[in-house]
Amino acid sequence: MDKTFPDLASAVAGIADGMTVMIGGFGGSGAPIELIHALIDRFLATGHPKALTVVNNNAGNGHVGLAALIEAGMVAKLICSFPRSADPVVFTEAYLAGKIELELVPQGTLAERIRAGGAGIPAFYTPTSFGTDLAKGKPVEVFEGRSYVQERWLKADYALVKAHVGDTLGNLTYRMAARNFNPLMCMAAATTIVQVSQIVAPGGLDPEVIITPGIFVQGVVAVPDAAQEEALNRANAVYPEVTA
Amino acid sequence: MKLSATQIAWRAAQDIADSSYVNLGIGFPEMVARFQPPGREAIFHTENGILGFGAAPAPGAEDWDLINAGKKAVTIKPGTAFFHHADSFAMVRGGHLDVAILGAYEVAETGDLANWSTGPKGVPAVGGAMDLVHGAKRVAVITDHVTKDGKPKLVKRCTLPLTGVACVTRVYSSHAVIDIVDGHFVLREKLPDLSYDDLQSLTGATLHLDGPVADLIAPEL
Repeated sequence: MDKTFPDLASAVAGIADGMTVMIGGFGGSGAPIELIHALIDRFLATGHPKALTVVNNNAGNGHVGLAALIEAGMVAKLICSFPRSADPVVFTEAYLAGKIELELVPQGTLAERIRAGGAGIPAFYTPTSFGTDLAKGKPVEVFEGRSYVQERWLKADYALVKAHVGDTLGNLTYRMAARNFNPLMCMAAATTIVQVSQIVAPGGLDPEVIITPGIFVQGVVAVPDAAQEEALNRANAVYPEVTA
Repeated sequence: MKLSATQIAWRAAQDIADSSYVNLGIGFPEMVARFQPPGREAIFHTENGILGFGAAPAPGAEDWDLINAGKKAVTIKPGTAFFHHADSFAMVRGGHLDVAILGAYEVAETGDLANWSTGPKGVPAVGGAMDLVHGAKRVAVITDHVTKDGKPKLVKRCTLPLTGVACVTRVYSSHAVIDIVDGHFVLREKLPDLSYDDLQSLTGATLHLDGPVADLIAPEL
């Protein structure tokens, strides 16, 4: 078994119009910038994929990564908890112009909905959002005297994820707080594509340090020296680069 | 005279016991971490998957895989632990945090909190606020006592969209320390040169008395 893709373009080739795509990361940490940019490259060359539903904690920052995906016009709907950032102009303008739909989900509920999707649990009850606008229309139950809101699982056609080191079987480690939503999204997508800084042979990872077991991963692609969204934004980077 | 934001943060920090697990909301509440009393060490939780993180690194030494919920760079220190988002919010909702300290637009005498939306205009964003108000053993708010145009922020019922129902247990304001007990504001501390009547006039619901009211005094910071 070898889940390695030779390059980014082939890794994202299966994503089609209208699909739901989970994109890992919290802000820039753990965001698979190169996979996102490869998807934009395909769209610019072929016009596909478009009308995507994207699941991410945020809504992009600056003009790279998720913000660039939105700016390219590829995203019809965003499911997220916090569509603000240091420079949220791309999402804000698209949202206020009615060009993108927003489903706002409390952050812990978003995480648990994704986890539930990956774990085969169609619904669960949480105290979060009870009595608020975000609970409107959702069933409520009382357990041990407290009220809880029913939330549904969240699944995806694809997940685009950034991990640290992976092996050819898709076993993954993560680096510091870049873990965040990534292991959950690996579980919740029919096809999970992971960019890693390095791919090793089976046995190259200590089984004790593996956070995502390879059963949740369908493809790995090596991206040594991956960009950090924060560093790109501090350099005022724009994707795709504007050519004179 | 009233407490500055820094002094409010200092006052809230005095109530954090040694070895507490604490989440500080992004923005103003992050300041509480600077005022841990000597001899006490709290362990700070951040929603994006770190327990026991350290102070900000020197400029230029940032590692962008190591940030807090406000997307600011932090550091690790002996005892730091990393985890994914589902585990992080299990710590929140599961009752494992001792204290959460949050900002507020409005707090009602019922303990209802409004701190995520000022209304239907613009782009709505909630983040972890609705999760953080559930599960921590104490949910404290730090806030100015009144809005910029002088209206009470401590009210009978919130008018802005709620973050949570009956969730706040204590308010540290620029003028007072107030507990929320059985749907009432109970005054614990007030600025020494402010009369009860004057404080009541700045407050949108009745301030109940249940024992002595201490002076609210913070050092110059």
